[in-house]
Amino acid sequence: MTARKGFDVIQGEPEAADPSRRSFLRTAAAGAALGALAGCGGVSMDDVLRKHFRELSKDDLAKVLAKVERRNQERFGKDTKVTAEGPRPGVEFGYGLDISRCVGCRRCVYACVKENNQSREQPQIHWIRVLEMEKEHGVDLTHADLYYDPGAVPQPGKFYFPVQCQQCRNPPCVKACPTQATWKEADGIVVVDYDWCIGCRCCMSACPYGARHFNWAEPKLPAEELNPVQHYLGNRPRPKGVVEKCTFCIQRVRNGRYPACVEICPVGARKFGNLLDPESEIRRVMDTKRVLVFKEELATHPQFYFFYAT
Amino acid sequence: MSGVFDFLRGCVRQVLTGGRAYKAWVAFLFLTIAVGGLSYAQQATGGLIVTNMRDEVSWAFYIGNFTFLVGVAAAAVLLVIPAYVYHWKPIKEVVVLGELLAISALVMCLLFISVDMGRPERALHIMPFLGTPNWPRSLLAWDALVLNSYLVVNVVLVSYLMFKTYRGETYDKRIFLPLVLLSIPVSLSTHTVTAFLYNGMAARPYWNASILAPRFIASAFCSGPAVMIILFQVLRRTFKEFPIQDEAIWKIAELMSYAMFVNLFLLGAELFKEFYSATEHLRYTQYLWTGIGEHRTLVPYAWAALLCSVVAFVLFLIPRTRRNFLTLNLGCLLIWAGVYIEKGMGLIIPGFTPDTLGQIYEYRPTAMEWGVAAGVFGIGFLVFTILVKIAVPILVGTFRADGAPRASPASQAGLAAP
Repeated sequence: MTARKGFDVIQGEPEAADPSRRSFLRTAAAGAALGALAGCGGVSMDDVLRKHFRELSKDDLAKVLAKVERRNQERFGKDTKVTAEGPRPGVEFGYGLDISRCVGCRRCVYACVKENNQSREQPQIHWIRVLEMEKEHGVDLTHADLYYDPGAVPQPGKFYFPVQCQQCRNPPCVKACPTQATWKEADGIVVVDYDWCIGCRCCMSACPYGARHFNWAEPKLPAEELNPVQHYLGNRPRPKGVVEKCTFCIQRVRNGRYPACVEICPVGARKFGNLLDPESEIRRVMDTKRVLVFKEELATHPQFYFFYAT
Repeated sequence: MSGVFDFLRGCVRQVLTGGRAYKAWVAFLFLTIAVGGLSYAQQATGGLIVTNMRDEVSWAFYIGNFTFLVGVAAAAVLLVIPAYVYHWKPIKEVVVLGELLAISALVMCLLFISVDMGRPERALHIMPFLGTPNWPRSLLAWDALVLNSYLVVNVVLVSYLMFKTYRGETYDKRIFLPLVLLSIPVSLSTHTVTAFLYNGMAARPYWNASILAPRFIASAFCSGPAVMIILFQVLRRTFKEFPIQDEAIWKIAELMSYAMFVNLFLLGAELFKEFYSATEHLRYTQYLWTGIGEHRTLVPYAWAALLCSVVAFVLFLIPRTRRNFLTLNLGCLLIWAGVYIEKGMGLIIPGFTPDTLGQIYEYRPTAMEWGVAAGVFGIGFLVFTILVKIAVPILVGTFRADGAPRASPASQAGLAAP
């Protein structure tokens, strides 16, 4: 996989600072907002005054990251490393899933939970969800079961169809978000800024893949299970009341590693790589196999492909 | 514009004085607000997990109520168009109340959106200049804009008219008319944009039908005036001087019967398309009308709503039952119930059931959701009560600035003389 060859690590270009008018308005409004905020615990002045992630200067970004680390320390009593590594030029991630290989063991589901610091219970959040389907019906959601629980997999007459964020090139969630709290990065990953999301859940209504999940309560994540290697737009612990989703393990793949689900898959059903690199694994899949995308009629143009290798 | 201070003081006096029934009503409203406040406090600390919404059904009771109330607010336009544009005498005198209803409904709309948000303290992020609204792509960003604009237009319009009448002056057409003309498209756009919010989501076939926005408008023209008709009768009885004529009410009822016909026709068109073509998209309609397997929570409500709408339509269609206040009021209650189910839970829940991966989660609101909703309705009704308590004495001429002419107040305010 090419990502392993190593690129220069380029920090996301900070854009020019905000027009001062906006900062002024924000300061003026903050006074008015503070009254309303009195009832909301844990909200500080600089949270209200902060700029959008993509407008942060390098210094501001460093401060924001330090603050996330400090909050992690308060919440979990653990040292963490939070980065905001940007996309690399010449990289566009693609994912391939071999339906004929997948056995439905759900190891990917739990490897993902562990890697990405999801809430373990109340609510239990899974970014990957595996559907059990009937061979007789093919890929038909009317005959799909998310909660299959047999003694062993795969079951005769069934096949398995894992679904996670399809990292659409035309993402309906990004279109629906009223605050630009979610966007598509240059390498194709659709990310969420958990400090900008207002929790309106428009993106969840808009997503055709059920890939977006809401923190209905404060996430329950035991400190000893916290993954300390974190990305600001990825697996850092989330607050309650915001939406989260699969990021292809942004904290790993931007450092040339595989996503956790690719690494764990016991049958090698999951393939990953740079779509722009002719030598990459995913390009080999696309060149030698025939791929399909899920719900192609919605024209979301996923960067996540399904294929039948055997 | 001198005398604003006196005016405000007078308003406070109007609100604080009242009979026993008035005080009991206000006390009851404060009680519901207290229930809402306590429930919301639980939600704010524990998170939205105290509701029965989950990832599968991620919008529900709050958003259903919001949608219904947008319709109530938008229906003020039904009264504004004929009254202001065509100078239609019998209806003109009740338009002010329609706008007060719109203001109260909009307050409830904005509150229902707020209680549904996971991070309401970040609401500034959606505001122009202060945040980063996703214009022009996000429909919720548009909705926030049109709802707030409609609220501002109505507040300005009503305050101006009331203040002028209070001073015994006639209003300036150059200020008044542009605002009225502006309020018509803004009112229609609130409802259309709200419909587009659901309509635009290709992921939810139940909403992704072009008939959705027209159905919204049609049902709004049923439910909004139904609330008004009942309110007018209450007001007529409470304030003896308030000049609402029978013809005005009957005219509204006649307009409603046309709207009900269109509403039923559009429903029929939609049901035909779904059941005849019977594609995978039928599942959502099926969940609402027949249930899927043992999942039948909404079925009785769907049929009850249809029955209410049909009976109300017949009652409003026949002139004799339309002009009999007993059957008229029964029809109003029925259509209100019908649209409340249809545009609330009947619209939102099947959009999510089955979810995008074909799984079924049956939603029912929790006691906490009922509590929060009671609080929001309490605030809305309190706002309406206060506004009416101030507006009606101004309209009938008992609340006036010192030295302002008191004679023939209705004609001074541009209202039809009885």
